[in-house]
Amino acid sequence: MTNSQHSTGHYLLEAHNLNIYYGTHKAVADVQFNVERHKITAIIGPSGCGKSTVLRAFNRMNDFVPTCRVEGDVLLDGQNLYAPDVDPVEVRKRIGMVFQKPNPFPKTIYENVAWGARINGFKGNMDELVESALRGAVVWDDVKDNLHKSGLSLSGGQQQRLCIARALAVQPEVILMDEPCSSLDPIATLKIEELMRELKERYTIVIVTHNMQQAARVSDTTAMMMLTDDRQSGTVIEVNETNTIFTRPKDQRTEDYVTGRFG
Amino acid sequence: MNTHSSTLSARHRIGKFWQMLLAAATIVGILSLIVLIYNVVNEAAGLAVIQYSVDPKLVLPKPLDELTNEEMIAAIEENLSKGAYQRANTDQPFNTRTKSELTKFVQERVLEEEVKGTWSLTDSLFKADQIRADAAKNYPKARLEFRQWLTLDFITQPMSSNPLYSGIRTAILGSFFVIVLTIVIAFPVGVGAAIYLEEYAGHHWFNRIIQTNIDNLAGVPSIVYGMLGLAIFVRALEPFTSGAIFGILDSNGRTIISAALTMALLILPLIIINGQEAIRAVPNSLRQASYGLGATRWETIWHHVLPNSLPGILTGTILAISRAIGETAPLIIVGASTFIAFDPNGLFAKFTVLPIQIYNFTQQPQDEYRNLAAAAILVLLVLLLALNSMAIFLRNRFSNRL
Repeated sequence: MTNSQHSTGHYLLEAHNLNIYYGTHKAVADVQFNVERHKITAIIGPSGCGKSTVLRAFNRMNDFVPTCRVEGDVLLDGQNLYAPDVDPVEVRKRIGMVFQKPNPFPKTIYENVAWGARINGFKGNMDELVESALRGAVVWDDVKDNLHKSGLSLSGGQQQRLCIARALAVQPEVILMDEPCSSLDPIATLKIEELMRELKERYTIVIVTHNMQQAARVSDTTAMMMLTDDRQSGTVIEVNETNTIFTRPKDQRTEDYVTGRFG
Repeated sequence: MNTHSSTLSARHRIGKFWQMLLAAATIVGILSLIVLIYNVVNEAAGLAVIQYSVDPKLVLPKPLDELTNEEMIAAIEENLSKGAYQRANTDQPFNTRTKSELTKFVQERVLEEEVKGTWSLTDSLFKADQIRADAAKNYPKARLEFRQWLTLDFITQPMSSNPLYSGIRTAILGSFFVIVLTIVIAFPVGVGAAIYLEEYAGHHWFNRIIQTNIDNLAGVPSIVYGMLGLAIFVRALEPFTSGAIFGILDSNGRTIISAALTMALLILPLIIINGQEAIRAVPNSLRQASYGLGATRWETIWHHVLPNSLPGILTGTILAISRAIGETAPLIIVGASTFIAFDPNGLFAKFTVLPIQIYNFTQQPQDEYRNLAAAAILVLLVLLLALNSMAIFLRNRFSNRL
């Protein structure tokens, strides 16, 4: 482990001794890693090792899985997101999320972006907010003439950027991306990756990806997850600068995985 | 190669066999539907012999179609009892009635027109000569006319003891009152329960028991709901359902509100189950998107889950309502009246409904009630068809939005 074990204030998001259970099954064991401000942190690893589960622990989306139980701490700016007095709705406002499959609301493009801001009590100029969010997600030029068309009329890549715009409109501090390009073609994927590099100027991004090239291309830090030796639970086996992970990994399992010799 | 092709042709034969079997099943279904409609339509129109019970020559100065309005009014005054004349005159003064209205009144009340026999539509079309001969022989004084039983009068007139003038107005209004009230009660409760069960209730044992019970309640015979309605709404809650606590003292518990509450109980499980299915059909990704933006559970339900499940909920509700419109058994037990000549006038009125009226028609000994029943069935079928088309329309209109 290269990252510090305790909150130093240096990191925006920290996971300490994170154990996540589905019923009695411990899906994620002893996850320990930190996310730096204005960086892109990638979580990579084989299928079923709990990458998405860890990601969802960051904005308490696991609360909706009835059997799911989270142990340990997740700190946002030093504040424990799982403390009893923390409202998960507030957590999700501060930590936005983009999902694997583009999931715009069956509403107009404008409403897709405006809705989240409106329910969160946005009082300013909504037209401006919608435009700046759509510009921020580099989809403005595609949709500016069709703001009142359905969000579902867009192509997959445009829909995903609309979903990112929708997340931006709520003005979160962190954006979690759960395999955001897995249902997109290479060109749309490239656009989203460019967008992520732009977004990290203002936001902190955590991305789960199956695609190691993608992690290598966009991320600053990479966390490698793997099943533990008993093959029951997933855990983070190595966190380091992306460059190091892909060129000189410390853990043999990481090296096997990134070089394609895994399994 | 040879063995292969022979087994392939055998496989094709098996496929053909099943295809024909399935086509046959479809044809049987269509045929039964055609027979049903034929049966109803066959009775809803046809030849009828109609005869005056009172000889016109005894009570009218000259043949009916030559009488002036004044002569007809005089004949009415002469032949009706004073009370009956006064009542009819208060309903609508005779001097304001048109000639055709007066003629009808004379036919009904003075000459006491009645049906002596009726024939089905097919008989009337293909055996007309024989029927004409029979009628001329058996009822020399009667006239034979082709009569369509489903007329505007039939729909707009109240019941009467004379089938020629009997209508189903009170039954249509009764059905309407009961159904509207049933919707008002069952829709919010049913949809509310569906939302709770799908979006809030956890998966622990208590909720599973509730869910299983709702699923089973949907299959309980309707007569059981009738017993329940009788025990609870008609008997136990009589002060409320008769309107006594609201100062209505001339009624008992067998009122529209009792019927509607019973019907609401009957269709509640259907609405809940259909509602749950519609809500479950809303993709989870939509809920996640909403929660991911910092929406509360209620905001998610109100802005995303409900709008997107509404077509499904409405479709299910309409289908449940069309079931309620056709239900007879529970209302017989709850105590729908069979003969009501007055329009229902509120929640605490006695009532009758269409299916009960049809049942009542079929229970009468005279032939012509069979024709009335057929006409009333047509009205009921058109009503149900309209509702079901509305359900289909709603489903198609909104289903491609997601």
